[in-house]
Amino acid sequence: MSDRQSVAVVGFDPPVRGAPTSLISPAVGYSNGLIIQFLEWFGDLGIFFWQVVRAAVTPPFEFGELFRQLDEIGSKSLPLVALAGAATGVVLSLEARYSLTRFGAKSLLPAAIVFSVIHETGPIITGLVVSGRAGAGIGAELASMKVTEQIDAIEASAVNPYRLLAATRILACILMLPLLTLAADFCGLLMGWVTQAMVAPVSLHQFINAGFSGADFNDFLPPTFKTAVFGLIIGLIACFQGMRTQGGAAGVGRAATSSVVLSSLFVILADVVLVKLIILFFP
Amino acid sequence: MHTIDQVARKPEEVEKDDSAPVVAVEDVHKSFGTQKVLSGINLAVRRGETLAVLGRSGTGKSVLLRLVIGLEKPDSGSVRIQGQDIAGLALDQLGEIRKKMGFLFQHAALYDSLTVEQNVAFPLQHHKKDMSKSEQRDRVHELLAEVGMESGFAKMPSDISGGMQKRVGLARALALEPDILLLDEPTAGLDPISSAEIDDLVLKLQEEHHMASIVVTHDLHSAKTIADRLALLNEGAVVIEGSFEELQESDIEFVKEFLRHS
Repeated sequence: MSDRQSVAVVGFDPPVRGAPTSLISPAVGYSNGLIIQFLEWFGDLGIFFWQVVRAAVTPPFEFGELFRQLDEIGSKSLPLVALAGAATGVVLSLEARYSLTRFGAKSLLPAAIVFSVIHETGPIITGLVVSGRAGAGIGAELASMKVTEQIDAIEASAVNPYRLLAATRILACILMLPLLTLAADFCGLLMGWVTQAMVAPVSLHQFINAGFSGADFNDFLPPTFKTAVFGLIIGLIACFQGMRTQGGAAGVGRAATSSVVLSSLFVILADVVLVKLIILFFP
Repeated sequence: MHTIDQVARKPEEVEKDDSAPVVAVEDVHKSFGTQKVLSGINLAVRRGETLAVLGRSGTGKSVLLRLVIGLEKPDSGSVRIQGQDIAGLALDQLGEIRKKMGFLFQHAALYDSLTVEQNVAFPLQHHKKDMSKSEQRDRVHELLAEVGMESGFAKMPSDISGGMQKRVGLARALALEPDILLLDEPTAGLDPISSAEIDDLVLKLQEEHHMASIVVTHDLHSAKTIADRLALLNEGAVVIEGSFEELQESDIEFVKEFLRHS
């Protein structure tokens, strides 16, 4: 695998002696360097993904490690995801109430909260929180193993590290993200109701009826399952960054940081594409 | 001085023939970027034999060991394990070869999230699934006793000394009863008494298990104690290979200087 860092600031080649100096050549060189570095990173990521897929579909399967990761990534992220979902529900309720009241559409508040939470804020908040918690954890753990030769020791013990370490974590992220999204959605809707009830008393039953009227499974299932793609992105990038680390403790720090930054960025970019696809295929 | 046999036999033929090299490194070159690390290395190790690879820091000794276990691939040349060239093998195919090899890393490379017992059990859990849990546990205790660890099985690697970590690493390397044992600086960072204990342990294991062993070390005293042959590397090439007495009789200036300062 390449020794190159993730996308980062790179230098550029100095101008040739005697050539006219300007700001344009260095800027172009700098941009070229960044683009090339990004494309190389992306290519290495693709190769890594292929190696993981090949390892994941061939026995022996690492079910023990998979269950351990389901707990590590799923159960242990639950409190944070629930809290983030709840806070989002509160904020949504307050903001939506203020906006809808201005336009005389206060009665639409429950539907606005429900649709916002299940369509977008629940999934994206879950993706970003798990990217921060699990992404950093996976990146740092695997980076630490890499710099202390533990991954080499696994390979020397005739165990496939792509199967044992990467495939299990990626699969755990894919399986757990939709379930965590359900938790975030639930907490968001619950706190959205609580917030609204504190201002204008309304029963939970009334809130749910009003909120879910007109909603069907097409409003709920595709946005929830799109988080499986978020899980793939988070697991893949965090494992990739961790397993290619170099440079001791500083390298471990860089791997953890870059895991979070890159997976968050790609989750947001993927969301743009996935929302468009959901609107197209589930109108 | 020994010469290198050109091995072109099937692996099972090599296994049965004790005179054929179990490990054969043939004209291996390796560079990292523009830095040339190994230049045309030729080495061979037979069953029951221990070869010590000596040299200054940064001469490619550890890289050589990593090439033998397949963690690095040579730029040219071949690395044959029991007659089979491992350079072109896929990871899972290489895994079958690696089951016959045990590797002790320089800093032991114990899995820091597992206990001592779990570390040694790791290869058994993955490759000896026909063994019951109690059989695996008994085997782990037997291995740890063999390397002088009678207690502390539930401790984490960070809770034990460097010498004990090396012992646990050695026990893990022996878990699958390997034909080949690779030791990367087994006494590095240890006090003289612990170093002598590790040397004695390696000798004992060699007498009992009759493995082909390659020991990378800069410790000449340790090499003299445990090795049948010594190979001295300088600037990526083998300067001399033979017994300690043959090294002492050498007229090569680098060899004399190395022995003078050891």
